[in-house]
Amino acid sequence: MLLDLADGYVEQNRSIDKRKNLLRGRTVINLFFENSTRTRTSFELAGKRLGADVINMQVAGSSVQKGETLIDTAMTLNAMHLDVLVVRHPDSGAVKLLSEKVNCAVINGGDGSHEHPTQALLDALTIRRRKGRLSGLSVAICGDVLHSRVARSNIYLLNTMGARVRLIGPRTLLPSQVDRMGVEVFHDMRAGLEGVDVIMMLRIQNERMRGNFIPSIREYFHFFGLDGEKLALAKPDAVIMHPGPMNRGVEIDSDVADDVERSLIREQVEMGVAVRMACLDLLTRSLPNSAGAA
Amino acid sequence: MPTRTASGLVAYVNARLLDPATGLDSPGALLTNGETIADVGPGLFQGGVPSGIEVVDCRGLCLAPGLVDMRVQLREPGEEHKETLKSAGEAAVAGGVTSMVCLPNTYPVIDEVATVEFVARRARKIGLAKVYPYAAATKGLEGKELSEMGMLAEAGALGFTDGTRAIRNALVLRRALAYAATFGAMIVQHPEEPALAEGGVMNEGELATRMGLAGIPAAAEAIMLERDMRLVELTGGRYHAAHIATAEGVAVIRRAKAKGLAVTCDTAPPYFALNELAVGDYRTFAKLSPPLRAEADRQAVVAGLVDGTIDAIASDHAPQDQDSKRQPFAQAEFGGVGLETLLAVTLELHHNGHLGLLAALERITHAPARLLGLAAGRLKVGHAADLVVFDPGRGWKVDSEKLRSKSKNSPFDGRPLQGLAVRTVVDGRTVFLRDA
Repeated sequence: MLLDLADGYVEQNRSIDKRKNLLRGRTVINLFFENSTRTRTSFELAGKRLGADVINMQVAGSSVQKGETLIDTAMTLNAMHLDVLVVRHPDSGAVKLLSEKVNCAVINGGDGSHEHPTQALLDALTIRRRKGRLSGLSVAICGDVLHSRVARSNIYLLNTMGARVRLIGPRTLLPSQVDRMGVEVFHDMRAGLEGVDVIMMLRIQNERMRGNFIPSIREYFHFFGLDGEKLALAKPDAVIMHPGPMNRGVEIDSDVADDVERSLIREQVEMGVAVRMACLDLLTRSLPNSAGAA
Repeated sequence: MPTRTASGLVAYVNARLLDPATGLDSPGALLTNGETIADVGPGLFQGGVPSGIEVVDCRGLCLAPGLVDMRVQLREPGEEHKETLKSAGEAAVAGGVTSMVCLPNTYPVIDEVATVEFVARRARKIGLAKVYPYAAATKGLEGKELSEMGMLAEAGALGFTDGTRAIRNALVLRRALAYAATFGAMIVQHPEEPALAEGGVMNEGELATRMGLAGIPAAAEAIMLERDMRLVELTGGRYHAAHIATAEGVAVIRRAKAKGLAVTCDTAPPYFALNELAVGDYRTFAKLSPPLRAEADRQAVVAGLVDGTIDAIASDHAPQDQDSKRQPFAQAEFGGVGLETLLAVTLELHHNGHLGLLAALERITHAPARLLGLAAGRLKVGHAADLVVFDPGRGWKVDSEKLRSKSKNSPFDGRPLQGLAVRTVVDGRTVFLRDA
C-alpha cells in the first residue's frame, strides 16, 4: 500500500511540476541530532513537494545533553503546533522517547543502532521496482551489522515481505544472537553471496578500523569488500545496493558501485524521496483536522 | 649429512611400524615414492623388495611419523645469536621432529604476511624440519589491536597467539577469538595472569620463600584459564592453552571439555618430568615460563596426559644464550631448549608405565597435527614422507654442550634418558642419520 503510493510519487518526481499541495498548511520539522545529508535533504524535498512548510533543525549531538534536555526540546517544539516531526538521534530509543512527549506525528529518521525504517522502505521499493516482487528473493546484507540500524530495519521488513535474508560479516561485526532474528548467518562472503538476488552493502565506519573490530581496511576489503570476483558468485542478475555514504575501497569496489547494470545505489536515493512523500502523505491523512478526515 | 634427492622409491624394511592414528604397532615395512608415503603395512615386502628400490634396513627399530612440535621459539629473524632457523632445524631433526610451529615473538614480530612468508621460505630453503608459524594475535604482540588474521592465515599462519605473553585484556581476547573464528583459526594463549606473574621468577611457595625469590602463584594459571573459558563460551571461538603446568589448570581444562567447549591444551616435558626442586641451587637453566611447579602439580599434569585432558606435548623450545642465563636467578631469562629431548622425555611416560608407547607417541605426532589441521603425524599413504626411526630403549645422557641448538640451556642437562632418534626423514629425504 505504502509502496504503491510511493510508486506514484516516483512518477510525480520525474515530471517537471513536482509539487502537489496535499500538505498545504502543514508544518514538518526535521530535527537532526546527528549529521546527515541525504536523509535530511530527502525528507526536506518530500515535505516541500507535498506543499508543507519544512524547517530543518540541526542540533550538534555533542552540545546536547541527553534525557531531560531532549524532552525539553520536545516540549518546546510541541508548543509550536507542528504536524510532523522527523527525528534522527544517535541514541537507540531516543525517537520513541520523543514521540511520547509530543502531540504530532513522529517519523524515525534513524535512531542509534536501532532502526531506520524509511531506509528499509526505500530499499524495498527499489528492489520491487527492479525485481517485480520481494517475496521469495534472497537478500544478502553484508558488513557492519553490529552498528547498523539499516540492517535491523531491513531484516524486519524483508522478512515480513517474504524475502530470505542472509547476513554476512566477520564475527566481530555481527551482534550477539542475531541468528534469532530469522536470518542465515555467514562468515565467508563467497559462500554467503552464492545465488543471492540482492546484495546490500553496509557502511564501515573508518573509526572502527583501527584494530578494534577489524584489523585493517585492506584485510576487510580482501575478505568482505564487494568486488567483481565476489559479485560473480551471486545470481547473474543480482543487484547491488548501499545506503550510503559509501567508502570506496573499504566495503565496495568502485567498479562495482558504478556498474550501471547492477548497481541500484542511485535509484535508492531517488526512491528515498518518493517513499518519504508516501510516509508524509499517509501519516497526515490520519492526523486530526486533516483534509481527509474533516 | 646424508641427503638424497627425493626421487624414486625407498623401502624401509624390518621396522616396528608405529602409527598412533590407526593404532598400528606391528613389524612391517613402508615404501616412499619421492616425497610421499606410497605404501605401508605388516605384509609389505614379505616376499622381498623388488630390485630397483632403495632399501633402508630399520633393524627392528621403531618407524613412526616424524614428530610435530607445536610450540617452538626460533629467534630468527632478530636474535640469530641465540638460534637460527638452521640450527633449530638441525636440533629438530636430531630429535626426530619433522614439523615445528614457531611463535611470533621474533624481531620483527610475525604479524605481517611478509614475515610469515619469510620464515616459511627460509625454512624450505634450509630443507630440514618444516616450519609453520603462528602469527601474532595482536599487532606487535602489544595486546591492543587485532592482527590481519585473515590474510595471515591465507599466507600460512596456523593460529594466532601473543607468544609468551598472555592476551590480558578481556575485550581484546573476546574480539580475537571471534575474529579468528571467522576464518576457522585458533587462538593460542599463554595462560598466566600477568599482574600476578609480574616480578615472579619461580613457583610461589615454601621453596621460593627459602630461596628468597619472588614467586608466581599457581593460581595465576587457573585464574587466566577460568576467565578465558567464559570468553570461549561467549564467542564460540577456538582456544588452545599452551604449556599447562598446574593441577588447577588441568582441572579447568577438564571441566571446559566436559562442557563441550572448543578448548584444547598442551604441556611441555619439563612440566611432567621435573618439579620446582630443579631450580634449587639457583639453576637458571630450570627457570622457565610458566615456572616449574610443585610435585603435586607435576603429577596432575601426568594424570591430564593420561586421561586425555592434555591433548599434546610440545617442546616449548626457548633458546637463551649464555649472557641471558649466566645471571643471578632473578635476572636470567626464562626458557629452555627442548627439541632434542622431546622424544626421549615423552617416552619416559611410557617407560614409567603411564602411557602405552603408541599413546605417548600420539601426543607428539597425530594429536598436535590434528589440532593444527596439518596433514602430518601419521603413516598415511599419500601424506608427506616425514618419518623417524628411533630406538625406544637406547640410553643416553643429556650433555647440553653437545646439543645442536645454538643455545645450550637445557633444563634436562645431565639427565639419563631412554630413547633416541637414529634416522629422520623429511619429504622422503633422510635429513638426519645418527652415527652408530
